[in-house]
Amino acid sequence: MQNVNEAPTYIHQFDKDEQIISTQDLSVFYGGSVQKLFNASLQFKKKTITALIGGSGSGKSTFLRCLNRMNDKVARVDGEIWYHGLDINKNNINVYQLRKNIGMVFQKPNPFPKSIRENITYALKANGENDKQKLDQIVEESLRAAALWDEVKDKLDKSALAMSGGQQQRLCIARALALKPEILLLDEPASALDPVSTSKLEDTLKQLRTDYTMIMVTHNMQQASRISDYTAFFHLGHVLEYDTTENIFTNPKGEITEDYIRGSFG
Amino acid sequence: MNAKTRNKIATAGIYTLVSIVVIILFGILGDILVSGVPHLSWHFLSSEASSYQAGGGVRDQLFNSLYLLVLTLIISLPIALGAGIYLAEYAKDNWFTNLIRTTIEILSSLPSIVVGLFGYLLFVVQFGFGFSIISGALALTFFNLPTLTSNIEQAIEGVPQAQRDAGLALGLSNWKTIRGIVLPAALPGILTGIILSAGRIFGEAAALIYTAGQSASTIDYSNWNPFSPTSFLNMMRPAETLAVHIWKVNTEGIIPDATIVSAATSALLIIVVILFNLGARALGNHLYRKLTAAKS
Repeated sequence: MQNVNEAPTYIHQFDKDEQIISTQDLSVFYGGSVQKLFNASLQFKKKTITALIGGSGSGKSTFLRCLNRMNDKVARVDGEIWYHGLDINKNNINVYQLRKNIGMVFQKPNPFPKSIRENITYALKANGENDKQKLDQIVEESLRAAALWDEVKDKLDKSALAMSGGQQQRLCIARALALKPEILLLDEPASALDPVSTSKLEDTLKQLRTDYTMIMVTHNMQQASRISDYTAFFHLGHVLEYDTTENIFTNPKGEITEDYIRGSFG
Repeated sequence: MNAKTRNKIATAGIYTLVSIVVIILFGILGDILVSGVPHLSWHFLSSEASSYQAGGGVRDQLFNSLYLLVLTLIISLPIALGAGIYLAEYAKDNWFTNLIRTTIEILSSLPSIVVGLFGYLLFVVQFGFGFSIISGALALTFFNLPTLTSNIEQAIEGVPQAQRDAGLALGLSNWKTIRGIVLPAALPGILTGIILSAGRIFGEAAALIYTAGQSASTIDYSNWNPFSPTSFLNMMRPAETLAVHIWKVNTEGIIPDATIVSAATSALLIIVVILFNLGARALGNHLYRKLTAAKS
């Protein structure tokens, strides 16, 4: 039996004006009583990439899905999530509007079975944007931002399902970017991709850092160390350490963190 | 016996069983078509049924079958679609939902003669619709709804959860996600459900004998006023269908060419069902391509 020291060894903090989103004592319960996340309090800095690492069942994906309320109807979420001076974990929050501001990209690429263009325009049209010129412009902008434009500009009306997995995942990013979000949540975005597609995706994410804040769950330690600025280590539902990526990987303060990082690097 | 031999035996067994199914299927289809198709003629398709002379056709029965099919689908499809969407997307996993599902399963195994008698009591007698197309269409709706609903439910549930997550994460409402993403993706499955139930409706006799009736009144195909008693569109007239016609000429028919008429009608019924299947598939593929941009 591993002895879990539940007290975090170090949690990095930012000034109020540096933060974009933060959580206070966030806990998640499944089926009424099974607790998967314990009092997570984390602050995220604007226009950075933060990696959430930890073993399976450590609660990192659960935490991520709280930030745009994807756990509604799935689990009970206690605690506060502060975003632009609002506690977005409250019932009276307009989650549809919230999710336009906080986009999400999933583990497996999930483009709609529609054309590449429609994948991007569907949500925009649903929001009432019908100006064709404007839509075309947004399609191009978002595909360029996701570094996909050059590959697909001649086949925008072909099915998105005909693309490679890596292209599909970048289309999912473009689709989220089209709504002009501030924050992009990425749930192991590269885990279903081959190494070449993964490195392309990482390049894309690094470029996006100038305009967007990204919070990314990853199982891949090399990936976390390559592209993230800050790293939070989750263990059995507790955040044990949160620091700059450099500190986490070169000078972890907690023993469990160190074991995990060493072990994962083999 | 080693694994290789066992595998060979199992494979042989499976092939044998499949052959039995194929032989039975082609045997029945072949028999019906071989004995029926030679008697199909333009005259047979375009003339009225005769009551006691040889040489009658099935013009009205053919039209009645198609009309009933269309009416039944118009009534049952929206209901089944709504119920299927509810069960797949909104219903909570509790005893009430399970009760609904069990009820649907029981209803779908109801013998069609029971549905017919029920329709007779309710629509023909109680509501006073008489033996009429509308009574038949309502009885067929009862007969068809359970299967169609569970087919549609399964088609919708077959759409991966990741698609719904994607829609929600883009700030779409539940309904927008269902309408714009889940339903188009489920379309091929929904279509299969419609085709299966159309075949059942088209070939159904027992549920219609006591609802749509066994007589074909004289109808006028140039009268487009659905409220006129002689109009072919009138829903209040009794209407014998192809399947009921087959049953009738075989049980109480006094025409001398009863065997020929019933063979030809059977072949016609099967051909129409096949044509309907192919047509619906083509339409469905076209729709699916349009909605999803697949393979274009």
